[in-house]
Amino acid sequence: MLRLEPRIRPSALVELATPAIAVLATILAGLVLFAALGKDPVEAVRIIFLDPLFDPYSRSEILIKSCPLILIALGLSFGFRAGIWNIGAEGQYVMGALAGGTVALAFHGAGGPWLLPLMALAGAIGGCAYALIPAFLKVRFNANEILVSLMLVYVAGLFLVAMVSGPLRNPQGFAFPESRIFDEAARLPTFGDTRVHIGIAVALLAVFVAHVVLHRHVFGYAVRLSGAAPRAAAFAGIDRNRMIYACLGLSGALAGLAGLFEVAGPIGQLQTSLPVGYGFTAIIVAFLGRLSPIGILFAGLVMGLTYIGGETAQFLLRLPAAAISVFQGMLLFFLLAFDLLTRYRITRTRSGPA
Amino acid sequence: MTALLEVRGISKSYPGGVQANADVSFTVEPGEIHALLGENGAGKSTLVKIIYGLVHPDAGEMRLAGAPYHPQGPVDARRAGVTMVFQHFSLFEALTVAENISLGMEKPLRTSELASRIRKVSEDYGLALDPFRLVGDLSVGERQRVEIVRCLLQDPRLLIMDEPTSVLTPGEVAPLFATLRRLAAEGCAILYISHKLDEIRALCDRATVLRAGRVVASCTPRAETARSLAEMMIGERLVEPPDHRFEPGESRLSVRNLDLPADHPHGTTLSNITFDLRAGEVLGIAGIAGNGQEELFAVLSGERRTAPDTILIGRRPAGRLGPNARRRLGLLAAPEERLGHAAAPDLTLAENAFLAGRVRRGLDRHGFLRFGRIEAFARDIIRAFDVRTPGTDAKARALSGGNLQKFIIGREMLQEPSVLVVNQPTWGVDARAAAAIRRALRELAGRGAAVLVISQDLDELVEISDTLAVLAGGRLSPQRPAQALGAEEIGRMMGGGFASDRREPADAAS
Repeated sequence: MLRLEPRIRPSALVELATPAIAVLATILAGLVLFAALGKDPVEAVRIIFLDPLFDPYSRSEILIKSCPLILIALGLSFGFRAGIWNIGAEGQYVMGALAGGTVALAFHGAGGPWLLPLMALAGAIGGCAYALIPAFLKVRFNANEILVSLMLVYVAGLFLVAMVSGPLRNPQGFAFPESRIFDEAARLPTFGDTRVHIGIAVALLAVFVAHVVLHRHVFGYAVRLSGAAPRAAAFAGIDRNRMIYACLGLSGALAGLAGLFEVAGPIGQLQTSLPVGYGFTAIIVAFLGRLSPIGILFAGLVMGLTYIGGETAQFLLRLPAAAISVFQGMLLFFLLAFDLLTRYRITRTRSGPA
Repeated sequence: MTALLEVRGISKSYPGGVQANADVSFTVEPGEIHALLGENGAGKSTLVKIIYGLVHPDAGEMRLAGAPYHPQGPVDARRAGVTMVFQHFSLFEALTVAENISLGMEKPLRTSELASRIRKVSEDYGLALDPFRLVGDLSVGERQRVEIVRCLLQDPRLLIMDEPTSVLTPGEVAPLFATLRRLAAEGCAILYISHKLDEIRALCDRATVLRAGRVVASCTPRAETARSLAEMMIGERLVEPPDHRFEPGESRLSVRNLDLPADHPHGTTLSNITFDLRAGEVLGIAGIAGNGQEELFAVLSGERRTAPDTILIGRRPAGRLGPNARRRLGLLAAPEERLGHAAAPDLTLAENAFLAGRVRRGLDRHGFLRFGRIEAFARDIIRAFDVRTPGTDAKARALSGGNLQKFIIGREMLQEPSVLVVNQPTWGVDARAAAAIRRALRELAGRGAAVLVISQDLDELVEISDTLAVLAGGRLSPQRPAQALGAEEIGRMMGGGFASDRREPADAAS
C-alpha cells in the first residue's frame, strides 16, 4: 500500500520552483487536452502562452485582466496565511463595484476630481463591510467563514441583478438590466491610447505596501505567526477575533476596490455580467504566488495571460470556453500536487499497520 | 544460562545524519529488571523501538533466548513474547477496559472469558481493575494498569516500560513497583526506561547507561548514588545548585478566589484558587498533568481572562488584561509546550525573540519591526544562556529541545521580569540544561523577582522552591514551606487530600 511520508528536509530550491513546474505541467497536460479536443496542441499552447506576449494590444489586455486578480489575491493572501479562509471575494468584488458605482451614479452630471477617490473609498468600504459579515458570524457564533463567505457570493450576485433591474437601472436604457454609462469624471484615467487604467498602478503600489507590511510591520508578523502557530500567537498577545476582522476586512476592501476599478475602468457601467469569477481565480493566483506579494504579482500576470490567450484561442481555434477554466483549474491542481510532493514522498509499505 | 535478550552491535542512523544508536550491545537476563538510562536524545527510545520491532536497525543483531530475533513489526515482537507499555497510552476513552484490551488482541476472546482473565491477572498481580468500566472514567494510574494487563495477558518474556512513573502520583508508584518485582520473580524480564535515578536505584538489578547513542557504562544501580549515575549519564561532574534562603518581600502576584471554567471538554475547571507570590520567592506548584496546570498558566499569562480583581500584579487588578498588558506590568511567562506555544517552529530565533520581547524591549517603532534591536536581543539570549545554534536566523524547529528551552527561558529572563511564571521548565530537557535552567530561576529570585514554577517533577520542585502548593482537580492546596513537606504528604495532597472545607473530595476531583 502507498503512503505519504514527510521529507526530512524539503529542498528550498524545489519549493521555490514549484509554481514554475506547475505551469509547465499544466502546459503539458494542456497539450493532451487540446489534442483530445481535436485541435493542434502545439499551436493551441502557442496561441495561449506565447502570442499574447508579442502583441502590444494583448499585452495591455493582460495588464487589465491582472489588475483585479492581483488586488484580490493580495488581500486573500493575508487571511490565507493566518488560516482565515475568505472564499467569497467574488461577492465582495460585486458589492464594492455596486457601492462605488452607486456613488458614480449619484453624482451623475455633477462630478469633479474628488469623485474617483470617493468612489474608490466607497468601493473599498462596500467590499470590506460585506466581508465583515462572515467575520462577525465567525467571531460571534463560530460559523465557518468558508461556507458563509461562499454563500454570500450568490447573494451579492442576485443583489446586483435586483439593483440594476430596479433603482440603478438606466432611465434611457430601454429597460435593459444595466446602469447608465458613467460620466467621464467617474472613469479611471488610462495610459496613452490603451485601455490600461490607473488601477494597475494602484495594484503595483498595493504589492509594494503588502510586501512591507508582511515583512516589516507588526501586523504582518501577527498574520505570519497566527498561521504558523496559533497558540504561540495567543501567547504573543495577538487577539484571534481581531485577526479575523482584520484579515476578512482587508481582503474584502481590496476585492471591493478591484470591483470598483473594473466598473470605473474597462466596463464603464454596472451590469449583470460583472461577476466573471475573478474572486475565485484570485485564490489560484494567491497560492500560485506562494502567498507572497511579489509572487502574487507574477502569478497574476501569468493568470492574466491565460485569460487573454484563452480568449484568442476560443475564436481562432474554436476552443470551448470551458477549456480555459479547465486549464486554470489544472494549474491549481498541479500546484497543490507538486507542493505535496516537495514536502512528502510516496513510499510503499511492506507489512500491515504498525 | 543463556541470556533472555542479547543485543549485539546495533546501529541506527536517521536520515539527516543523526546517529541514534552506535554499536550498542547489552544483555538482559530472565527475571531481571534492567534499567536503560540516558539523557534525552541518548538513543533509549530508538533502542527499545528496535527491540519492539517499530524501527529496523542498520546493523547488528539480536537474539531472544538464544534464537535469532529480528522483528519486522510489533506483531512479530509480541508473538516472540516481547511487549511494551508506552509513555502515552493508546486507549479509547469511550470503550470499556475489556473492549480496549480485546482491540489489541490477534484472536479476540468472548467478552465473558476475557473479563474473567482480566480479573484473574489483575488480582494475581495486585492491579485492581474492573473490566467493565469505561476507560474515560479511569485515573491515569488505572489506565496504565490497563496497558500493563494487556501486556500480561500475552504471557510476556520481556516487558518494556517507557518512563512508567512519569504519569503517576507518588502513592501509585509503590504498587507498580510491587507488581514489577512480582513479575520479575516469576521470570519475566523487564526493561525499564526512566530518568528518575532514585527509582532506578530502588527497583533495578542492573543498568545500561547510554550517551550519544553509545553504551558508556553498565552498573549495579544499588551500588551507585543518584549523583554518580547522573554523572555517568552526562559524562561530567554535576554542579550543585546554589544554596538558597528565602527572604519574603512584598506581594508581587496575588490570586484571590479565582474560578475559571474549562474551555474544552477535556479541560479542568479551576475553582477558588488563592495564593500570594512575594518578591524573592519561588513558589512550586506540584500536581499531575491535567489537573488544571494548563488553565492556571493561561489565566496567569493573560491568554485567558477573568474578573479584574481576582489577579493582582503588584497592586494592579490584572484579571482582564491580555498578555502584552501583563508584560508591561512585569509579569512574563514561559509555556510548557515549546514548539507551537512558547515558540513558532517555522519562525527564526530572532522572530521568536520578538514574539515575547516586543513590548518590554521596545522591538518595534510605530508598529515597524526594529531588526537591529531584535537581532541584538536574540544574540544576547543565545550568549547568556549558552544556546547551541548556528545563528539567530535558525528556525526554532531546528534546535534540540534543551537548547530551545534555554532560549525560551532566557528570552523571558533577560527582560528582567518582576514576576515569572514557568510551566514545566525542564520537561524533556537533558540533565545539564535542566540544572542550568534551575540555577537561572533561583538567581532570578535572588535578584528579587517572584517566580512561580508549575512542574510535575517533585524532585525539581523540592530543589528550587521556597514554598509549595499542589494543584489537584482544579483546586490549589494551601501554600506550605517546601522544606517541611515529605514526599508522602505531597502525594496525599496530589490525590486531592487537602480539602479542608466541607466539599466532598470526590466531587472536587471529578
